[in-house]
Amino acid sequence: MHGYDLIVIGGGPAGLAAALAARAGGLREILIVERDIELGGILNQCIHAGFGLEYFKEELTGPEYAGRFIRLLRETDIEVALDSMVVEITPELLVRVIGRDGERTLAAKSIILATGCRERARGPLGIAGTRPAGVITAGTAQRYVNIEGYMPGKCVVILGSGDVGLIMARRLTLEGAKVLACVEIMPKAGGLPRNIVQCLYDYKIPLYLSHCITEICGEKRVEQVRVARVDENRKPIAGSEFAIACDTVLLSVGLIPENELAQAAGIGIDGENIETATPGVFVCGNALHVHDIVDKVTAEAQRAGAAAAAYVKNGGAS
Amino acid sequence: METICTVCPKSCNLSVDDRGAVTGNLCPRGETYGRNERLHPVRVLSSTVRVSGAIHHRCPVKTNFPIPKNEIFDAMRLLDDIELIAPVLEGAEVVGPWVTTREMAGA
Ligand SMILES: Cc1cc2nc3c(=O)[nH]c(=O)nc-3n(C[C@H](O)[C@H](O)[C@H](O)COP(=O)(O)OP(=O)(O)OC[C@H]3O[C@@H](n4cnc5c(N)ncnc54)[C@H](O)[C@@H]3O)c2cc1C
Repeated sequence: MHGYDLIVIGGGPAGLAAALAARAGGLREILIVERDIELGGILNQCIHAGFGLEYFKEELTGPEYAGRFIRLLRETDIEVALDSMVVEITPELLVRVIGRDGERTLAAKSIILATGCRERARGPLGIAGTRPAGVITAGTAQRYVNIEGYMPGKCVVILGSGDVGLIMARRLTLEGAKVLACVEIMPKAGGLPRNIVQCLYDYKIPLYLSHCITEICGEKRVEQVRVARVDENRKPIAGSEFAIACDTVLLSVGLIPENELAQAAGIGIDGENIETATPGVFVCGNALHVHDIVDKVTAEAQRAGAAAAAYVKNGGAS
Repeated sequence: METICTVCPKSCNLSVDDRGAVTGNLCPRGETYGRNERLHPVRVLSSTVRVSGAIHHRCPVKTNFPIPKNEIFDAMRLLDDIELIAPVLEGAEVVGPWVTTREMAGA
């Protein structure tokens, strides 16, 4: 079986920087496997400015930040398989990929997991009510608007005050939607002050701190949410409830690293170190732990790439 | 006007009166920030425009310089009737202050 020096799983900022660093560290045969039809990961949908201040010392948008690494990659002979999903890895460093031409199993001397994170959905929140259309995560809405060009709704309430939710409050307002409220259960906003000012205050969107959505109502489509003030134990206070009529609820309630591949293979990830419990398998970016700033993802991924290169060059002992 | 200073992570809560006098700031940079926010606030905007012949139907754009806050919705309207045709280069002028922020190959 053909063996790669390194297979990088995921072509977001972590995968791109890891592959480039491994090449700089002397590895020759490198493959990046990406399930999307393009490189760049989540950055492609993050069209706002605010990336690269640490790494490039200038303020770039997400696509601009990704573009810089994609252009560097093009100058190398690092192989890229797009529209290809890794469905299994093994502790023996085999990688099973399903792509346009079917399924294949590839052998590697090292693997870097750079699969990013996903958003927490409605299920774990335990909000009462019906199950109407119109409840989506903020990141999904971001993809609809910025990549696909669809508006998810006209009257929107945002649950959670994480940065993705704040950014989408502004984005939807600019595109003509009415964003009626941002509801945050904690006494303090989750997102950056800069986003509170430029995404909420600028457009006079009310921020309800120490409030929660107690119920989502609607037959086919969301019709209203019920909102209540919470006490210091985050329990709704009786009598404080009020209703907001809306057709869409965006959830911005946290991100979770995506590492089912490692889990299924019994490969331990401690959430802190780029080394996994299996020699030769490394992890970086949001797959390791959620990063707020992409510049930190790049730095971490460069360390993972260098570590993989050192591991392979030492003949498998790091 | 009440706002939060975004110059550094201390995030001071600022009050700015109509003549631009600032209170609540812990340092002089906060005073400058607060006065500018009150007297001539500016923002860099991002959005998307239609594009044909590329892998997606939207191409991301930004204003190439900060524009006055009260011109934001006028700037947005400029994009309504624009349709780019791939291939598109990054940094290409679109209309008014807007430039593209990614390259998109022809499909
Ligand atoms: C919705 C959302 C919005 C965000 N907005 C911001 C923001 O505005 N500013 C900011 O600084 N940070 C933001 N972040 C954080 C951002 O994710 C990180 O800054 C950075 O993009 C993480 O890089 P990454 O390469 O680890 O992950 P990603 O960019 O998510 O890349 C992971 C890649 O792996 C691919 N992949 C996953 N599993 C497989 C598989 N099995 N096979 C093949 N490919 C696979 C995915 O398709 C994806 O392309 C956001 C995160 C999310 C989820």
